Formats: sequence, structure tokens, C-alpha cells
Amino acid sequence: MDIDLITNILYAMVRTGTPLLIVALGELICEKSGVLNLGQEGMMLMGAVIGFIATLTTGSLVLGFALAMLSGVLMSLIFGLITQELFANQVATGLALTIFGTGLSAFIGAGFVGKPVQGLDPIFIPVLTDLPLIGRMLFGQDLLVYLSFVIFGGVYWFINHSRAGLMLKAVGENPDSAHAIGLPVFRIRYLAIIFGGAMAGLAGGYLSLAYTPLWVENMSSGRGWIALALVVFASWKAERVLLGAWLFGLMSILHLVFQGLGVAISPNLLAILPYLATIVVLVMLSRDKLNNRLVAPVSLGRPFYAKS
Amino acid sequence: MNRRHFNKLLAGIATGALAATFSISSAFAADPLKVGFVYVGPIGDHGWSYQHDQGRLSAEEYFGDKIETTYVENVAEGADAERVIRNLAKSGHELIFTTSFGFMNPTLKVAKQFPKVKFEHATGYKLSKNMGTYVSKTFEGRYVAGYVAAEMTETNKIGYIASFPIPEVIRDINTVQLALNKYNPEAELKIIWVNSWFDPGKEADAANAMMDQGVDVILQHTDSPAAMQAAERRGKYAVGQASDMSSFGPNAHLLSVIDEWSPHYIHQIQAVMDGTWESKAMVEGMKEGAIVVPSFNSAIPADVVANAEQIIADIKSGSLYPWVGPLKDNKGELKVAEGVALTFHELEQMDWYVEGINAEIPK
Repeated sequence: MDIDLITNILYAMVRTGTPLLIVALGELICEKSGVLNLGQEGMMLMGAVIGFIATLTTGSLVLGFALAMLSGVLMSLIFGLITQELFANQVATGLALTIFGTGLSAFIGAGFVGKPVQGLDPIFIPVLTDLPLIGRMLFGQDLLVYLSFVIFGGVYWFINHSRAGLMLKAVGENPDSAHAIGLPVFRIRYLAIIFGGAMAGLAGGYLSLAYTPLWVENMSSGRGWIALALVVFASWKAERVLLGAWLFGLMSILHLVFQGLGVAISPNLLAILPYLATIVVLVMLSRDKLNNRLVAPVSLGRPFYAKS
Repeated sequence: MNRRHFNKLLAGIATGALAATFSISSAFAADPLKVGFVYVGPIGDHGWSYQHDQGRLSAEEYFGDKIETTYVENVAEGADAERVIRNLAKSGHELIFTTSFGFMNPTLKVAKQFPKVKFEHATGYKLSKNMGTYVSKTFEGRYVAGYVAAEMTETNKIGYIASFPIPEVIRDINTVQLALNKYNPEAELKIIWVNSWFDPGKEADAANAMMDQGVDVILQHTDSPAAMQAAERRGKYAVGQASDMSSFGPNAHLLSVIDEWSPHYIHQIQAVMDGTWESKAMVEGMKEGAIVVPSFNSAIPADVVANAEQIIADIKSGSLYPWVGPLKDNKGELKVAEGVALTFHELEQMDWYVEGINAEIPK
């Protein structure tokens, strides 16, 4: 393997990991507040189709991404309304949201299949792009990838170093206590749900406007589910979510690169590598038993009834 | 006056992690022949199911209010398919097309219960009194694509994005290699299996991985136009699959090999109307208009286009058939003796690579 090939692999690793990273960071914040939203796939697809239609009809990528996020937010508000106001089961509601989003996006997008759109182009940062190995990976990507770095930094700081992050975690761990000391539990959970929806919508927009600039039904192909699993295996830590998303990206790319190079490993075996490697690495990282019990937000998936 | 109601009903049904979306459309008119279609994918896949639906729409246009069509999309292969097919048979459909290999046994079962209804199953091999089969010779188009790729490659590296190692896919890879053996033996075919019929992201990644390794012409046996787009971005060439993909890469698009089902559907619906329909195994190719190459990229030199068109003409007339011996497999063993032509049935069972492919079939 020459250096150019490795540079390209690292570049593709980040590109492939980006949609997973964005969705997973949104879900991470959502779960930290104690809300389990399984509707990622549906929200992504809605973001993908609305973003695509907006950009196709107006020519504006900014508007496309904005509306992609907005549609993710609207979808997440449906979820919020049903789980926070009506106290419905979060797992069932999330699943229903995915099915609803899959069907609705197909319906809305039916007339837009097979239409090409000018996708997001990479922005090369002078000098840095030409660095060996990591130049292309970190400084030769499109704007959304750079944005994912910023989102990651923001989420990491928010959870670990901000007062608001502390409030979020308090609500996720013990909403009753949080309520007792005067934290607005519902408002915090709503904001977390909305953030999760916005990120899922944005990731959907990334798929249909940058990654493969086109719309086809069910184009997220299960990435929302992978992101959900990533959050769990990353034991609700932002830095491990980044690691997991990029690792998954790397293994997905290697599976294809090795075949092209004619490496004599069964492609079927190579195809399971992304899943296997990601799970193994993240499980190894979180094998400390005591620590494990402490990582999952205690009230995850449980509804909160405000007692007067 | 032709009055049409177009109802699209979307409903999700989840069984475990599986979700299926159905949509039903109907056109009502006085005493029309009711024709049903069952699709495995969404009609919005811009590939296999999309092309079948284009065939349905052509038939509707051709017959006007003499027929009424219904389609059900996203039907899972298996028990669910049987229910869908039976519902169509029960609701007065006289001719039902089931368009995926996995619908074979469900179709046969329902066909036995409804002897008066005619069934046609695509790509299968089981026949009964009221159930016929139809399939198209996609490899004819691959041969033309293989020739054009052989001429257009500068790096002598041609990429092939493959879905699953089933005989149909292996046969088509082999057909491309046969064209390379004849027109450009220097060219190397790089095959990448993506283990999916449809995953735009993965198909694009595979295309990029190939281009990183020097591939400059990409062929595919998967359904999304993502590889075409990736080739366009990097100034390389690609061949469209199943439907016309030129809009995704105006410069990259060398040609598309299209599954054109309209003639078959129109012909068979007419046969049912005339009472001449009979159960048989129909194999259709370029001659019958089932495989079409509508256009060539203007970047292809005129003599190459002329040769490609000659190849198409020869395939149509029957004077060119790629699958005639002597043919060796890629380990040097003689598989087809001199002068022997493989039948379509034999091609449907292919499990070996032809000479020149430097890879193994995944087990």
C-alpha cells in the first residue's frame, strides 16, 4: 500500500463516518436527558428528502440543510409530544416514528427520484490539505464534515465542562431530584429531543446533498440504527462516539479497498468487519464493571411525571 | 372519457425489525381487464422495480381504459408475498405479474388455488398450467458495455460493483470479461462485492475505492446511480444499470443498459384479452426489445460507437453469441468444449469465473 492510497482511505473513513457521527451525537444528547428516541432513521430520511427537494427547487444548499434540520426537528417534536405530554412508551413511539418517516419520505419524494442536484463540494484548506496522510482527511473535506468536527467539540464541551450539561445529566439520571431542586425537566428534555432531531435531519441532508447527492427511497440504509448502537457501545461518551463512527467508517472502506486490491479474504467476512471491529473495540474500552453501571443514564426510557 | 383515480395508500407494518410499505393505485373504467403487479422494492429505486413500473405505465397508456392496473411495492419475499398475491387474485385481477425471484413459490401456490387467473413470474424457473415465467438476457447488454469499456479505458483497469454472488451476477461479470478477452486482453477487471442490491452510500464508496486504485471505467450490478455520480465528480467513466442514468453523470455516462419491460407487458396483456395466453418460459433480449441501449456518450469515438452498434445488430440477428466454446474457467480448466453453445438454462446456473478474472467467487 502506498502513501496516496492510505491518504485516500483516511479521507474516505471520515467521510463515511460523518453521517453516523452527526446522528449519534444528537442521540447522545437526547439519551443523556433520559429520553430514548429510536426514530433516528425516520428523521434522517425526512431530512434527506426535504433537504433534497429544497435544494433542487431553489438551488440553495444552505436552505436545503436548514430545511433538512427543520424537518428533523418537526419529526422529533411529534415524538416529544407523544412521549412527554401523553406519556406513551418511548421505544414504541420511536419505532413508529421510523416507520412513519420512512413511508412519508417515500411519498413526498416520489416525484424527485432520478433528479440530479449539484452537491456540496469539498473545501481545500491551503497548505494543510497537502499534508501527508492526514491532510485530505482533516483539511480536504466538505463543509459538513468540518461542521461535524465543530459539533463534536461543542457536544464534548457541553457534556463534560458546562453547567447546562450538568443540568442535562441530572435530568437524565434522576428527574425527580432535578425537579425537586427546581430544574425544568420537561423543557430540558424537549430541548434535548429537538437537538437530536436537528442532528438527524442534518445527517439526512448530508446523505442526499453531499455524500451521494440524489434522492432515492430509504437511502439511509440503516445508518440511523447503527448510530443508535454506537451510542450504547460508546457508553454515552462523546469521544468514544467519534472513535466508533470513524472506526466504522474505516472498516467499511477497508472492506471495499481490500477487494479491489485482490486480498484473498472472503468479501463476506470483510463485510461484517465494520460491525465486528466497532463492537469489539468499544466493548473492550468499557469492560470496567463498576464504571459500566454508572454510564447509562439511569432514567433512560422512563417517563417523568411531575409531582406537585 | 377516461376517468382515473390515483390513490396512494401508505401504511407501515412492522414485523420485528422489518417494515414494509405498500402502495396501491387503481384506475377505474368500464369493464376493464384487471392486471396486478407485485414489486420487491420501492418504485422509487430508479432501478429494477422502477423499470417494471415504467412497463406498467406504458401498458396503461397503450390500452387506455381497456385495462385497470394495481401495483403493490416493497413486498417482502416469503409469506407476506403469498398474502399480497392472493389478495390480488381474490379481488378480480385476471393477470398478475410477480417481479422478483423470491416470489416464485408463493406465486405457484396461489396459482394452484386460482386456476382461472393467469400468473407470470419474472426470473424464476417453475411453471404450471396458469403460471408462466419471463426473464431478460441482461448479459447481452453487458457484452456491449464490456466492449465499450475495453475501448475507453486508458489505465486498463475496469471496475465492477457487484451485489451478491448468485449465478445471474456471476454470468454478467463473466460476459464483460469475455468482451475484454476479445477486444482488450490487457484490461484487468476489478470486482468489488458490496453485499447489497441497493445502498447508495456504499456503492459510491466502492466506486471511489476503485478509482483510488486506478480504475477509470466503472460497471455495476447494483441499482443506485451513486457510482455514476462518483465517476462524474472525478472525471471518469461509468455504465448505467437497469434504467437510464445519464442525468447523474452527463460526462461520465458512457451508456446505460436498460431493462425494458413495456413490450412484454403489452404483448402478454393483449394475449390475455385475445384468449391466446399460454403458460411458457419466455426469455427475451435485445431482439425482442427487452434489453435496450438508448444512447452513447458523445465522447466515445465514432468508430467505437459504430462497432458497438454492429455488436448490437449481430446479437439481434443471432450471429453473435458470446457463450460459445472453447471457454476455460480462470483456473485453466476447459468448461465449454469447442463449438458448444451454453443454453440460457445453463447460464442460469453459472458458478465459475471465466479465464482472465483474477479473483475467486466468494463462498
